Amino acid sequence: MSSVATPAPTGRRKAGRNLQARQTRLAWLLLLPALVVVAFVAIYPLGKTLYQSFTDQEFLQTTPTHWVGFDNYCCGPLSLRHDTIFWQSVWQTIKFTLITVSFEFALGLIIALVVNSSFKGRGVMRAIMLVPWAIPTVVAAQMWKWMLDDTFGVVNDAAHRLHLSDGRTAFISDPHTALAAVSAVDIWKTTPFVALLLLAGLQVIPGDLYEAAEMDGASQLQQFWKITLPLLAPAILVTLIFRTLDALRVFDVFYVFFGNRADTQTMAIYNQQTIVGSGYVGYGSAISVAIFLIISLFVIIYVTFLRVTDE
Amino acid sequence: MSTAAETVQPVARPASRSRAFRKSRFGRILLRSPFYFLIIIIFIYALFPFVWAIRSSITPDNALFATPLQYFPKHPTLDNYKAAFQTDFFWHSLINSAVVAITVTLLSLLVGSLAAYALGRFRFRGRGFVMYLMLSMTIFPQIAILGALYTMVAGNNLGFGIHLPNIYDTKWALILTYLIFTLPFTVWVLTSFMKALPRDLEEAAYVDGATPIQVFYKVLLPLIAPGLVTTGLLAFIAAWNEYLFALSFIQTPTNYTVPIAITSFVGKSGSAFQQPWGEIMAATVIVTIPLIVLVLVLQKRILAGLTAGAVKG
Repeated sequence: MSSVATPAPTGRRKAGRNLQARQTRLAWLLLLPALVVVAFVAIYPLGKTLYQSFTDQEFLQTTPTHWVGFDNYCCGPLSLRHDTIFWQSVWQTIKFTLITVSFEFALGLIIALVVNSSFKGRGVMRAIMLVPWAIPTVVAAQMWKWMLDDTFGVVNDAAHRLHLSDGRTAFISDPHTALAAVSAVDIWKTTPFVALLLLAGLQVIPGDLYEAAEMDGASQLQQFWKITLPLLAPAILVTLIFRTLDALRVFDVFYVFFGNRADTQTMAIYNQQTIVGSGYVGYGSAISVAIFLIISLFVIIYVTFLRVTDE
Repeated sequence: MSTAAETVQPVARPASRSRAFRKSRFGRILLRSPFYFLIIIIFIYALFPFVWAIRSSITPDNALFATPLQYFPKHPTLDNYKAAFQTDFFWHSLINSAVVAITVTLLSLLVGSLAAYALGRFRFRGRGFVMYLMLSMTIFPQIAILGALYTMVAGNNLGFGIHLPNIYDTKWALILTYLIFTLPFTVWVLTSFMKALPRDLEEAAYVDGATPIQVFYKVLLPLIAPGLVTTGLLAFIAAWNEYLFALSFIQTPTNYTVPIAITSFVGKSGSAFQQPWGEIMAATVIVTIPLIVLVLVLQKRILAGLTAGAVKG
């Protein structure tokens, strides 16, 4: 619009500037509701959480709240530094993240490659892959909890019939299998989604690249390593980032499977239990800040990694 | 590539035996069979938990809790469905979830499309900053502000003499907090839709004397309708599935949302020891079917939205 104003007389330029000012005002006016919402439900609470983490606030407490400095973080009677349950929950969450993200990526890539080739029923296949993603995590967790039941679960029954076990494995209550059980739900629910994201990346790769490689006598495996993987790299990184951030804040599956069982808590569950269950708002806020920092650390690692590969 | 070249080829190169095998109908099927095997595996893997949920929901209790399992119930029954609907909080939860999810979706679309109009069709200082703000909000961990939201929801003194009303244990607590994850995403995706429209689209309307707001809802909004459907659907699913905030801010059973209801069934005897799995599976089937229908009907739209959100992020 403004490009029309070629060597314009001063009057017109003034009008142009006026128009620009009016547009700017209108734009901010249109943004106002969204900014108010974001400020109110995200930015203010974030600042408030940070503030609360330096206090000994409790929910519905009768005594006044005190400013306690860094007590919640390092030196007080209840502090993150000495809280072994907290560190255990961090470790549990990171283990879960490493397991699920690597499985989902490997399986997702295989599925994406399969679905990317043309065959009858490809459309149906893609729709079916969306189904596990769409159902509530809580519902998926309940379905699996029942399948993994120690006496009447289908997994135990099948294992027994195939003579793989005595059919009495308590997948969920046994600490040795608990993490594997909960990971299985997440992998089932999210792998198709990962596959769909990778599939979107695969479909942008021009087909004539493969034709040219075929002409030069490149094998399927060579084509995969030299064409598919490098060109898919951006989609892979974005997918990994999204999945990692999601996995680090996992709550639903663990809560449905274990409630607040101490040995299987994730960061999010310990945090929620401290705030809502015990009412320690001050200390819980310190945990929130720690989680925020841990997740930010992962974002920074990924972003620097992205930058390095860009150059 | 042309048909002529293809017909010539076999003559030019003497076909070897293995080549002939590969070209034959039988050979083609045989070579592709591992591939189809893989497809079938994926298919079963994705669908089996649903099949099992349906099987369990129509199995009477005496067969459900007996070993060895009957893979196909001999006497299928709908009793579990009746029992699920007779649990009073389950009906309530369906209505509550619908009200919350629809309100959140409409609010996100309304506020989000206005913001997307500004971000996608205007040039002004600070635009880049707002875009970054929205993007960083989409990857924001909700757990990080739970403590603050918990006190805010329970009626909080904002300072400056402003007191928030106590909305703990009401739908408003969920509607407002769900905007954290639906709104930034909506703004982000709708902006990309707005930007994709041709640059000079509004000019004709402006020449005819239309105001910017008229341009917005008469010209632009109808054109980004597919984007509205996509983002609306994703916002709806996200709100329908949310668990953490609902668990933290809702207490009374009649105010439960679906995810809480699904985990709250207790057996007839009232003991938590024996969970009524038949009833629970009936409930999971009931809440899953609408989502499956929605996804199957609108799968192209969802895919477009998901990849727009992820790839452009």
